[in-house]
Amino acid sequence: MTDRPIFLDNNSTTFPAPEGVEAVLPLFGEIYGNPSSTHSFGQKVRHEIELARENVAKLLNCKTSEVVFNSGATEGNNTAVYAALDGMPERKHIITTRVEHASVLEVIRYLAEAGYRITELSVDRLGHIDLDELKNEISGDTALVSLMWANNETGVISPINAAGDIAKQFGALVHVDAVQAAGKLKIDLKEELAIDYLTISGHKFHGLKGAGALFVRESAPFLPLIRGGHHEDGRRAGTENAMGIVAMGAAAALVNRNLDKHIEHMKKMRDRLQGGLLAKCEDVIINGDQMDRLPNTLNAGFKYIDGEALLMMLDAADIAVSAGSACKSGSMEPSHVLLAMNVPLSAIHGSVRFCVSRYTEEGEVDAAIDKIAGIVKRLREMSPFGHTETRQDALSAEALEKHKAYFAKV
Amino acid sequence: MLTYSDKIKDHFINPRNVGVIQDASVVGEVGSMSSGQALKLYLKLDEAEIIQQASFQVFGSPSAIAASSALTEMLKGKHIDEAARVTADDISEYLGGLPAEKMHTCVMSMEALEVAYARYRGIELETELDEDDELHICRCYSVPEQKIERAIRDNNLTTIDEITHFTKAGGGCTSCHVDLKMILERVRAEMPQPKEDKPAPKIAPGGNMTNLDKMRAIQEVLDREVRPGLAMDGGDMELVDVQGNKVFVQLHGHCNSCASSTTTMKFFVEDRLREMVDPEIQVIDTTEHSDELHAPPMR
Ligand SMILES: Cc1ncc(COP(=O)(O)O)c(C=O)c1O
Repeated sequence: MTDRPIFLDNNSTTFPAPEGVEAVLPLFGEIYGNPSSTHSFGQKVRHEIELARENVAKLLNCKTSEVVFNSGATEGNNTAVYAALDGMPERKHIITTRVEHASVLEVIRYLAEAGYRITELSVDRLGHIDLDELKNEISGDTALVSLMWANNETGVISPINAAGDIAKQFGALVHVDAVQAAGKLKIDLKEELAIDYLTISGHKFHGLKGAGALFVRESAPFLPLIRGGHHEDGRRAGTENAMGIVAMGAAAALVNRNLDKHIEHMKKMRDRLQGGLLAKCEDVIINGDQMDRLPNTLNAGFKYIDGEALLMMLDAADIAVSAGSACKSGSMEPSHVLLAMNVPLSAIHGSVRFCVSRYTEEGEVDAAIDKIAGIVKRLREMSPFGHTETRQDALSAEALEKHKAYFAKV
Repeated sequence: MLTYSDKIKDHFINPRNVGVIQDASVVGEVGSMSSGQALKLYLKLDEAEIIQQASFQVFGSPSAIAASSALTEMLKGKHIDEAARVTADDISEYLGGLPAEKMHTCVMSMEALEVAYARYRGIELETELDEDDELHICRCYSVPEQKIERAIRDNNLTTIDEITHFTKAGGGCTSCHVDLKMILERVRAEMPQPKEDKPAPKIAPGGNMTNLDKMRAIQEVLDREVRPGLAMDGGDMELVDVQGNKVFVQLHGHCNSCASSTTTMKFFVEDRLREMVDPEIQVIDTTEHSDELHAPPMR
């Protein structure tokens, strides 16, 4: 057992690696120059930033000149979309998917108002896009194909190699949101890979919030989103977030050294969690493909209960998870990803995302399983549909049949 | 994330009166699995019709749990006739005010109470909430039309967002927003209006065309430019309504099954209509697609 709060929300953000924090500390002290200055105050910081760039380039296996630092993936995704469209002025069609992060989807939907034709590829029940649909929709008018490497809610991994190849046959540019892939999968942007832009974000792989990187292939057109200086080779103006960049560089170096071990550990913890929950709770469904999935992510639907109720009870028990989309303001809206996968709303209600990290310990997983199972049981006992004795007398036989029939479809 | 008051949290983490009263005098049940929330309210009355015990079982969000818990506390010791006058606002107030988005949970508690009261008094409820899918305006959350109408009237709602907060309707795939808007307009028109000077109606940018002229022109373009092409694929497009510059259409036959083709279609039709009738026209597809749970439409 463990007394510390247990963080199982590692797709929303992650624990800052102690090595990264240590690397940043001098920047709070005497290394404080402006990296654009020629004097040695500035050059010391410039040196740290360039070291970080090398580590990030290694993480992605690309050239250092292809790495543009920015404020994170939301900026990176915006920049990539606008850069690509600017580079293909004669083309007026964009292809993306229904399950993208808002920082891609909302930008592209906004562009519909500017006269672009938008295709949002559908996904199947397991969360996969259909490459045939891509082949049918793409044409010589397609400027950009934007899709995520791995989904933040389900962890489902996209066939980006194949999709990129199809895009190239039609001369379209390719953007990949790899925010959830960094630190959890091997990313190798070798030249034959048809990716022109790729986004990552430091805080998703144990860096700090507010720093990310956009990969821009040497051959790809570019247009800065933020102007006003020669920073980042004129590709992103503004004095660099040196602390965030240095922490991201250190985090990248840790991934570069130990990715295989990290993957193995995360997978072990996730599978332990999944196995434990399936053993201790009845009526649980796993959302998304369990094979092509990030090693750290588990999206589980607990039937007969409400996900927000589960989330808040877990929070009161010091376990952090997420339900629906955390980034949505105000109310908990049903997840657009699960909706697109045609998960019935009644199952979406009880869907919760658990994400481990390389720091997650076995004891934490075991403690979490017990607490989650207890709370699920309690909520079901409280529910008129709860899977307990009371459920039998709480519902008429006819109503029970109806609900069973409903879930037979799930 | 929403932030909840301490009182709501308390009633959620430590709900009062959970469970079944085996010898309840009356039980009120509302909601369903597909609507995402359900409540079963048990009341036990003494000979003087005073509520001695109240309990509940609930499926729903933290605020649904808190509202149910609060309701049972509020009912205890009350005469059934007095109890029946408890409103959704009273429950919210008891909890120190619920976030607007969560008002529907208090509405559900109140409805369960109404059902229980009606059953106890042998009154037939005029709005027996229907389980039949056909009658649901919001299919995501299975919300019937009467419930929406009533929420608008009782709470003087003026926007689709407010309807969603009170009834959940429209909170899912959003494809029913067109219907919600029409219901809202109709119910508000029927409601007694506070007297005020109406602003002069805006003149449509499409020149001096009346709505009827415009509708005819649009129909002509559809007949000439759109429908023959669709017919070749076994499909058709119906003009449902024209409101100002909003053109509501519905797809039939082969082409109503695929959301991406309808998106393409929408742009094509919009293009033609903008060119031939009015540059401001906006086409709105009201087709119920066979996979009704697709992602929200583009806006
Ligand atoms: C898939 C995906 N893309 C983009 C983002 C946005 O990243 P950032 O927080 O760096 O803006 C996130 C994080 O929420 C994400 O999960």
